[in-house]
Amino acid sequence: MALTAERSAPTRRTPSPAGRAPARRTTPVLLLAGLALLLLVLASLAIGARSIGFDTVLDALTAYDPTSADQLVVVTSRLPRTVLGLLVGAALGLAGCVMQGVTRNPLADPGVLGVNGGAALAIVLGISVFGVSSVSGYVWFAFLGAAGASVLVYSVAALGREGATPVKLALAGAAVTAFFGAFTTALLLSDQSTFDQFRFWQVGSLNGRDLGVAARVLPFLLVGGVLALVLGRSLNSLAMGDDVARGLGARVGLVRLGSALAVVLLSGAATAAVGPVGFVGLTIPHVARTLVGNDYRRILPASMLLAPVLLLAADVVGRVVARPGEVQVAIVTAVLGAPVFVALVRRHRLAGL
Amino acid sequence: MTTFAPAARGTLAARVGTPSVRRVRRHARTRTATVCVGLVVALAVASGVALSLGDYPLPLAELLATLTGQGTTASNFIVLGLRLPRVLTGILVGACFGLSGTTFQCLLRNPLASPDIIGISYGASAGGVLAILLLGWSGLLVSGAALGGALLAATLIYAVAYRGGLSGYRFVLVGVGVSALMVAVVNYLMTRAEVFEAQAALVWLTGSLNGASAGQLRTLALACLVLVPLLLLAGRTLLVLQLGDDVAASVGLRVEAARLAVIALAVVLAAVATAAAGPVGFVAFVAGPVAKRLTGGSGPSLVPAALVGALVVVVSDVAGQHLLPFQLPVGVVTAAVGAPYLLYLLIRSNRAGVGG
Repeated sequence: MALTAERSAPTRRTPSPAGRAPARRTTPVLLLAGLALLLLVLASLAIGARSIGFDTVLDALTAYDPTSADQLVVVTSRLPRTVLGLLVGAALGLAGCVMQGVTRNPLADPGVLGVNGGAALAIVLGISVFGVSSVSGYVWFAFLGAAGASVLVYSVAALGREGATPVKLALAGAAVTAFFGAFTTALLLSDQSTFDQFRFWQVGSLNGRDLGVAARVLPFLLVGGVLALVLGRSLNSLAMGDDVARGLGARVGLVRLGSALAVVLLSGAATAAVGPVGFVGLTIPHVARTLVGNDYRRILPASMLLAPVLLLAADVVGRVVARPGEVQVAIVTAVLGAPVFVALVRRHRLAGL
Repeated sequence: MTTFAPAARGTLAARVGTPSVRRVRRHARTRTATVCVGLVVALAVASGVALSLGDYPLPLAELLATLTGQGTTASNFIVLGLRLPRVLTGILVGACFGLSGTTFQCLLRNPLASPDIIGISYGASAGGVLAILLLGWSGLLVSGAALGGALLAATLIYAVAYRGGLSGYRFVLVGVGVSALMVAVVNYLMTRAEVFEAQAALVWLTGSLNGASAGQLRTLALACLVLVPLLLLAGRTLLVLQLGDDVAASVGLRVEAARLAVIALAVVLAAVATAAAGPVGFVAFVAGPVAKRLTGGSGPSLVPAALVGALVVVVSDVAGQHLLPFQLPVGVVTAAVGAPYLLYLLIRSNRAGVGG
């Protein structure tokens, strides 16, 4: 149970027959995840309060006819939330991976960098002070809050000689998140109408966002995503501990800074677009790790595909279970994902981090 | 609970140590003792302030007279009947959270593994919110529901994570899964309720000492009287468990039984405290790291952590009641008081080049 950063034994990269088995599974896992994703995209376009046939969906995508009510629903409501589900899911999966890799802590999720805490405080301030009331208005507040909080966390942790060590990052992140949370709660307790808006933002949801929201966060997601995927090799070195990583020629400080930047861009933009979705970033990397082994060059793409599978499946289920109403995606994600996650954790011999 | 011989600290080690090693050990012990005394003094001052401030302020002399049994009827009622139960509840709740949190952090060797993260506090939250929003309960019934929720979550985590032995890693990850489930329940209930009911639930969810009464205090004190000494006794076992399973087993500890006992104690402590005041945030998380940085030790500093927890809660409650024109529940303030201090300690230790 090597849970601490300092003590994890760096033995896992020695190539052994047992270690290579998951590597051979990588391609099938990625293919299956891609296939599942494709099916889910179709399901997400077709299923909902109003059931729409696949031919109509295809028509709406290829030869859009705004006079048809069914096609209108597909294009204006279901297409944006499917696109957002794909983008946000991939972003959260990648960000969670990078965060766990750089802090070498299995409990780290993107929120540990203060992203959710900062975004929540900024949203509450936006609602109560600036009177923001639309989802698209939330985006910039959330993104600014998320970025501000993570800069604070990173600079506190990075002060001093040895830079942002995993333990300091985790402690500083949790402390800043709680500190911001205190102000958020204080504001919410003294202002009922803000609380009434905020409690719906607080439960991350894909509903009610248009493609403009997706377009606004897309550049950040792209830059962050490329950065995260490039980091795989460096994260492998970091997993062996700072000293070994330095010995291998990795520039530890630079890798940490790059990772932090990737996490802020990815999870900040994701939270800004749909609100906090906690479970995905925390658990998908563990699932990916049990499926494809310990190499971050394989974990990162696997997480990027698996996370949107979970998010889209949860969104589709959320539309169906409480007809004609909906259950928010963050809630369904946890309710669907938690048992699967627990079963995986139980069945497999876990890879240490 | 343990068959481990008492060689970890004190006699044997001190006898074989060289003079310089002995000096270092003595220095560490002196520092821990100094820190504890300092914390007790700070706690006494904070409690004194908490007892004397309020709509009916009491000067120090009158406060001391009341506490020694020579007060007027009015001051007796205000101090002994109203303020003392609140302060004592705060101290006990803080100590429980501090002990429980630092135990989990040491046992699972992870600074993020406080009861908040691994599902126990969220179990209590789900129980409490369910009772408030769905069943319309209040007061002691909510406490009972929270206690039930916490114990249920802990049992569930343990039962699911146990597979011919309990790996700490699996325990934590199963806890993460269960905790996500509980958070989903809480959030769902919060979006479905009327806004004023949801706000009442929010007050409970942040943790508050407003409901502290003499009757509730008696139950809490009784539980603490049993649980706290047991956990302090287990401190040495914790020290050995912290070395890792293999080393612990090789020095003669029955790892599985010892871990179950320590986890059970820490869970019940957190559950009892949550039942009394709601899931007061951040105390369990902050107490251990702060205590560790104050004492400079590497082992689990249980007594300092309990004192830090108590101090954070009492100071936060005073601040929440009197600092602003409107009152805030203690759980809001704990993070505002605790977090900057932890950040300060992190920055300072960085400068000294210690870190970690």
